[in-house]
Amino acid sequence: MWPEPEYTDVTDLRGPLIVVRGVSGVGWDEYARVRLDSGEERGGLVLEVDRDLAVVQVFEGTDAMTRRSVRVAFTGSPLKIPVGDGWLGRVCDGRGRPRDGGPPVLGAADAPVGGAPLNPTRRSPPAEPVLTGISAIDALTTLVRGQKIAIFSAPGLPHLELAAQIGAQAGAGGEPFCVVFAAMGLTHADAATVRDTLEERSAAGELTLLLNLAGDPVIERVLTPRLALTIAENLAFTGGRHVLVVLADMTSYCEALREVSVARGEIPARRAYPGYLYSDLASLYERCGRIRDRAGSITVLPVLTMPAGDMTHPVPDLTGYITEGQIVLAPDVDVRPPIDVLASLSRLMRAAVTPAHMDLAAQILAALARARQARELAELIGASALSETDRRFIDFELSFRHRVLAQRPGESRALEETMDRAWQALSTLPRPELTMIDSAELDARLPKEDERGGTR
Amino acid sequence: MGVLTRVDGPLVEVCGLPEAGMFTLVGLGTAGIPGEVVAIRGDSATVQAYEYTGGLAPGDPAEAYGEPLSAPLGPHLLGGVFDGLLRPLTDAGTWLTAVRSAPRPKEWRFTPAVPQGHELGAGEPVGTVEGAGAVPYAVLTPVPGRVTAIRPPGRCAPDVPVASVGDRDITLCRRRPVRSPAPYRERLEELVPLVTGQRVVDLLLPVPRGGAAAVPGGFGTGKTVLLQQIAKWCDADVVVYVGCGERGNEMADVVAELAELTDPRTGGRLADRTVVIANTSNMPMMAREACVHTAMTVAEHFRDMGCDVVVIADSTSRWAEARREFASRHGELPAEEGYPADLASALAAFYERAGRVTTLGGRIGSVTVIGAVSPPGGDMTEPVTTLTQRFVRCLWSLDRDLAYSRHYPAVSWASSFARDADTLAGWYARHGIPGWGERRRRVASILAEADRLGLLAELVGAESLPAHERVALLAGRMLREGVLRQSALSAVDAFSAPERTAALTDGILAAIAECEAMAARGVPAEEIEGRDFSRLLRAKEQRAGPGAAGPG
Repeated sequence: MWPEPEYTDVTDLRGPLIVVRGVSGVGWDEYARVRLDSGEERGGLVLEVDRDLAVVQVFEGTDAMTRRSVRVAFTGSPLKIPVGDGWLGRVCDGRGRPRDGGPPVLGAADAPVGGAPLNPTRRSPPAEPVLTGISAIDALTTLVRGQKIAIFSAPGLPHLELAAQIGAQAGAGGEPFCVVFAAMGLTHADAATVRDTLEERSAAGELTLLLNLAGDPVIERVLTPRLALTIAENLAFTGGRHVLVVLADMTSYCEALREVSVARGEIPARRAYPGYLYSDLASLYERCGRIRDRAGSITVLPVLTMPAGDMTHPVPDLTGYITEGQIVLAPDVDVRPPIDVLASLSRLMRAAVTPAHMDLAAQILAALARARQARELAELIGASALSETDRRFIDFELSFRHRVLAQRPGESRALEETMDRAWQALSTLPRPELTMIDSAELDARLPKEDERGGTR
Repeated sequence: MGVLTRVDGPLVEVCGLPEAGMFTLVGLGTAGIPGEVVAIRGDSATVQAYEYTGGLAPGDPAEAYGEPLSAPLGPHLLGGVFDGLLRPLTDAGTWLTAVRSAPRPKEWRFTPAVPQGHELGAGEPVGTVEGAGAVPYAVLTPVPGRVTAIRPPGRCAPDVPVASVGDRDITLCRRRPVRSPAPYRERLEELVPLVTGQRVVDLLLPVPRGGAAAVPGGFGTGKTVLLQQIAKWCDADVVVYVGCGERGNEMADVVAELAELTDPRTGGRLADRTVVIANTSNMPMMAREACVHTAMTVAEHFRDMGCDVVVIADSTSRWAEARREFASRHGELPAEEGYPADLASALAAFYERAGRVTTLGGRIGSVTVIGAVSPPGGDMTEPVTTLTQRFVRCLWSLDRDLAYSRHYPAVSWASSFARDADTLAGWYARHGIPGWGERRRRVASILAEADRLGLLAELVGAESLPAHERVALLAGRMLREGVLRQSALSAVDAFSAPERTAALTDGILAAIAECEAMAARGVPAEEIEGRDFSRLLRAKEQRAGPGAAGPG
């Protein structure tokens, strides 16, 4: 059972790290098995080798370890997991061990969890939508197959519900589709909500759920998204499926990374997060994509809570620099889902929707921006002092919130319905204000001028 | 042979390689993963590795290659996509691994330019290569001397000598160290504008050929789109586009678009004048550090042939962060925000490689650098942003509020600068376009006045302002919507030639003058604001040019 030599000379135990002396031939980034006297086995990763010293990060933490009770064996290769369709329909913990009472997941092949960078010249630019059935997203910040787009939220907002609803409703126009949901640091209650929402998807064999809960080992969280993406790469590029990978909550992931960094005594960057946070996050998010001449795609949806709602906090900030857009939830939006559409953006949207859709989205956003200005002005000078046009913009914003944005959990709207609702909202504005939409399109979609009580 | 003693991610320590000098290349492990010596302490050398170091262990062998980090320069560059060490990515596999097989060299058709026995100065051509992209590709001699041998016209491999100058063999492809600037005869003082085709830049914030510009902007402000537009449409001979630590999908998009688009000047593919260096954010971190130097080296290679070259680096912040990450692993004492203390000098040295010069061979060529800066949290006081501002002549600051209201390109006219604008106005005046400086001045003053009044209107409401001030607000809005806003997606408007920019601007300025005159005559502000300017504001979408579209 133990083909590799075991090392017992542990010099330091510090946070999640152990330092082993007397090793030879141990390579950087190797997977290590750590065995305790009690018989318990834990997993670890080599973070540094210095002559005969190896620094190992233990995923389950160093609780109950002593210098004498630990034996460490190095496997000679990076951590690999079995990959294949066996993951579909399963619920596992943050390290891929069954949590659903089933047998361990087996696969036809093993793949290293770190992955390898995808050659940018082999990528195919994302060009088709993932329709989520959520109006605000499908109309204004369309998810595009092969992109990465983050959900930014603040504590107390329903970002998990939204992510789970996207996971439950999303589809790729009838092509094979599945969801890999990686939960990092979620509470039991949150995890239960996610499981319930995704029940049907799971029953259909279209879901892999990896759950690292708030009470589970913290350092294991560093592994969970990598596992999810490795599973997804196989399902997508070998299995030919469109895979949506939801990573929630990335803030918990980054905190685990910070814990390791601090234990190693690394020079901290902003807010004590390690200087390599950007590269580390990129090594996850960049695993989305499509490959030329191959079926399948990976769309990555990281979900994160901004501490104190601060978008300049390193986690949302660095995420925003990597992802191709963001869906922002804000506490001051009084409907569900509380999406702040002006702060939200899908950079690749234009590749996946029709030009008329793009114009419509641009017009709605411009009008909402104008409505916000008008509202701010009304707070200063009073609504009665506003011009007629400004009042119409405020009416439009109200209409948009209730007809387009507001949506019940479990309610999935077809794109046509979403578009109809968007046009209904726009029809509250005077036609000369709709400068971003082609006039032929306006003629086709808007009621006649005189039926709307004219303009100025 | 040396041995590895320590591996910590991209930082590797090696013992027993006394022949490895500072900033020379070392091969690590049996696979020979490339790395560069960055410090020597006693018998131990610290190496930054350019590939994933997983599996490297103390005791593994190391070998000194004896040359500084160098890039192969040759006729294969234009139209190609390369990694940070200038290895072709088009020949590599779908998933990138640390060890890659060398691509099969292609043969090129060489035509000699000089007979045997001819005396050549350094930097003069020995011959030309056909089919090497959109520019006439010259093979230059790096040393002066008599041509002792020259190859007849015909096809040859890149590593076969095509000529001998003195005792030096000249090949089509040669390696050049990336960290040292290529020599030139002298810098030129005269400033010549670079036309970018982006109105806000060409009209308000022009950059000269050989200048350096920085584009700071938080995420979502449209930095990458603006840079891509400039890469596509600026009137340079050669564009070197570096994706430094940025998104893979964006690189795929750039490559696909360049291959499809036609160069309006040559009629060929835009890709044929472009060298793409792609080091996406998930590719090895230290190659990100090298790639901006590699890009400069490629640019100087074409500059020496007499080309105007534009280097677009997206993003220099990722490059600075790679330096920070390595410095931190190396245990260097951090200066500001954890960046190493040499950040300022490294940035200065990078931007200083820009310039318009007389080459060694007597031609005129230029390297213009446009660097994106990604300030964390949009904080314009962070070190990379503040230091960069000191070393560039031109700053195009991207504004989050403009981007949120979907005003693209979101270049802020208020917080940007162009230190060469007045000198360039002189160039325009000397070249038959006397109105350029005056137009710029007028547009800038209208925008500044509208901004000032806009703040006031936010407090008291536009309705309570006097008519002439409401007209000033209207004027700012017309300039923003009719001139400065420019859609990257529009088939007609993505590129705006200088004449078109001038005509559009003059059309709007004339309408503004008319509105001002109306206000002076006592026409109520509501009536002026109520005029339908939509034809004028949409003139930029018309293929036939703005024409005489007045307010209808």
